[in-house]
Amino acid sequence: MPGLLGIEQLERSEIQAILDRTRHFQPIQNQSFRRLDVLRGRSVVNLFFEASTRTRTSFEIAAKRLGADTVSISASASSVSKGESLVDTLNTLAAMRPDAIVMRHAASGAPHFLARHLPTPIINAGDGTHEHPTQALLDARTILDRRGTLENLHVAIIGDIAHSRVARSNIYLLSRYGAQTVLCGPPALLPRELAKIAPGVRLTHDMRDAIKNADVIMMLRVQLERMHEPAIPASEYFRFYGLRPEHVELAHRDVIVMHPGPINRGREISSEVADSQKSVILNQVENGVAVRMAVLERILAPAAENN
Amino acid sequence: MAKLVIRNGRVIDPASGLDAVSDVAIDGGVIAAVENNIDATGAEEYDASGLVVAPGFIDMHVHLREPGFEHAETIETGARAAAAGGFTSICCMPNTQPVNDNATVTRFIVETAWRMAKVNVYPIGAITTGSEGEELAAIGSMKQAGIVAISDDGRPVMNSRVMRRAMETAAAMHLPVIDHCEDLHLSSGGDMHEGVESVRRGLRGIPAVSEEVMVARDILLAELTGARYHVAHISTRHAIEMVAFARSRGLPVTCEATPHHLALADEDMPPYDSNYKMKPPLRGHEHVNAVIQGIASGAVDAIATDHAPHAGSEKMQEFERCPFGIIGLETALGLALDRLVHPGHITLARMVALFTTGPARILNLDRGTLRPGATADLTIFDPNRQWTWDVNRSHSKSRNSPFHGRTFRGGPVATIVDGAVIWSVD
Repeated sequence: MPGLLGIEQLERSEIQAILDRTRHFQPIQNQSFRRLDVLRGRSVVNLFFEASTRTRTSFEIAAKRLGADTVSISASASSVSKGESLVDTLNTLAAMRPDAIVMRHAASGAPHFLARHLPTPIINAGDGTHEHPTQALLDARTILDRRGTLENLHVAIIGDIAHSRVARSNIYLLSRYGAQTVLCGPPALLPRELAKIAPGVRLTHDMRDAIKNADVIMMLRVQLERMHEPAIPASEYFRFYGLRPEHVELAHRDVIVMHPGPINRGREISSEVADSQKSVILNQVENGVAVRMAVLERILAPAAENN
Repeated sequence: MAKLVIRNGRVIDPASGLDAVSDVAIDGGVIAAVENNIDATGAEEYDASGLVVAPGFIDMHVHLREPGFEHAETIETGARAAAAGGFTSICCMPNTQPVNDNATVTRFIVETAWRMAKVNVYPIGAITTGSEGEELAAIGSMKQAGIVAISDDGRPVMNSRVMRRAMETAAAMHLPVIDHCEDLHLSSGGDMHEGVESVRRGLRGIPAVSEEVMVARDILLAELTGARYHVAHISTRHAIEMVAFARSRGLPVTCEATPHHLALADEDMPPYDSNYKMKPPLRGHEHVNAVIQGIASGAVDAIATDHAPHAGSEKMQEFERCPFGIIGLETALGLALDRLVHPGHITLARMVALFTTGPARILNLDRGTLRPGATADLTIFDPNRQWTWDVNRSHSKSRNSPFHGRTFRGGPVATIVDGAVIWSVD
């Protein structure tokens, strides 16, 4: 794999290989501090142009557990704030010859742009409102752990779909497995064209309709920082699109509730649901490290996968 | 001036309805005769066998970036690119720095062009001061200094009352009003056409309706004020329909289409390639087909390139930070042949009209014909020559073209201004 820019371009076999390999890294997490050395002597640069705690930390831990050296740079601390262009920043970093660059950026397509100009493999850790591929992979791993299969699931994705890179990556991934995905949110955050980006996608503005018989409920964070206009009065959001226990009862009895975090209790999800047995929010975080280990290994040391 | 006889070309002059193999004699910078077997004693001869001889092409919509942005283009380099594209006249938009909103800037452009440009350069003045959409610019004195139209291209007048006053003024001064139709509230923050592709790519959309509501507004204001109104770079189905509707009511409403809106749709954009980022954005296929049909049906009057040079560093950024626009002078004829003539949508003569009489009529220019006595501006082109566009050999200072590497069937061979060959193909 030359890098990981998004799920959209990935074959199902590639996705499956990463998910299978992730299992191999899950037990290690339970034996704390155990390090592997498949990436010994390799360096991974985490370049975060946008604030992030969990994704950055997760990538950092994943790289370290594989024995790689990591450097994390956040935009506010770098020369970006001194007016250096993205190309120059990346050229500078590339000249230091890292083996991979993990990158988060507020502009959709920023990693694709750089991948065209740099030889270094780039792993997209979230680009604007486009894709967040490792999030979709860890979500898929979490679903597999709890439901045993990804085939033909009913999945409800609820919230600000328009601005969600998590939603896009999940839609692409789930559609590869024949999922029926229902997207639900207020009209301004749910462009009609979403129904056409992958097979098996349906839209609704009614949360009960979305959740009925769902195997998986994915809640999205309300992204105030990406909203350029009030899409819905803040006072109405929770009333119409906040997940509460009475909604969960409409779903399949083994439903799982997911959220990419950070959660806003009382805005898009009630505390009762977030802390319930149905919630797998912390499992997602845990799987984040394992999935990122699998991705890093696949890109930097593909031969190691056979061990 | 030396006498020149162009031999045996297929002479297409839409203004006089001529489309026949003939000779053209030029003397003293004007067309002396268009007939067979012209006596060439003492004259230079140009063999145009197998070529088309047409009135000089007019591009009524270019950005020359001077004054103010000479790192991207100058009047001299833009004019050279025009000549290499077969254009003998170009009209430059006022969004320079300073904006062409007063006679001093207009005179600067006219005088610089006189010294530096090999083709005719006609400035277009701003509608409002600084193109800020609030106060009317010095339209009268700009007209005296040489503008041929007014436009706030790129920064459309949002205030309908201001637009009304501008149209009233323009009507009184016999100037057309050219509008870049975009409701800036509807398009705010958009980077590409709003549709499946923008949603897929996570980019904010510029909806077709942002263009259409402004075309509708402007047509109503044109009817109210009696202004001659022209839609720049028309790109949507409903916009075309509304122009046709306005015309059916007898209104002096015209429009132009760009070659790139005929050639590319939003789906054709490689991921986040800023050489495909322009305004209006590349639309969906249904819109591309509507524009082509609009040309075939006669609703579209002119082809204009919207040549918009940007320095490499400006286009080497995150997609959403890159400026809008692509260069287009040198690929216009190739694309028009490719998309309109070769597939049989229009005749060669009609295509020539879109490049000549169409813009000449809109702007009331005394050009665009080969009638004896007319200024000897000519475009000689080969409708079948195979060639490949190498943007690195462009005469423009900028390289922002999505057509690099594209192979064309047909292109310019020689460009003649005032009876002198100012460019010919290698």
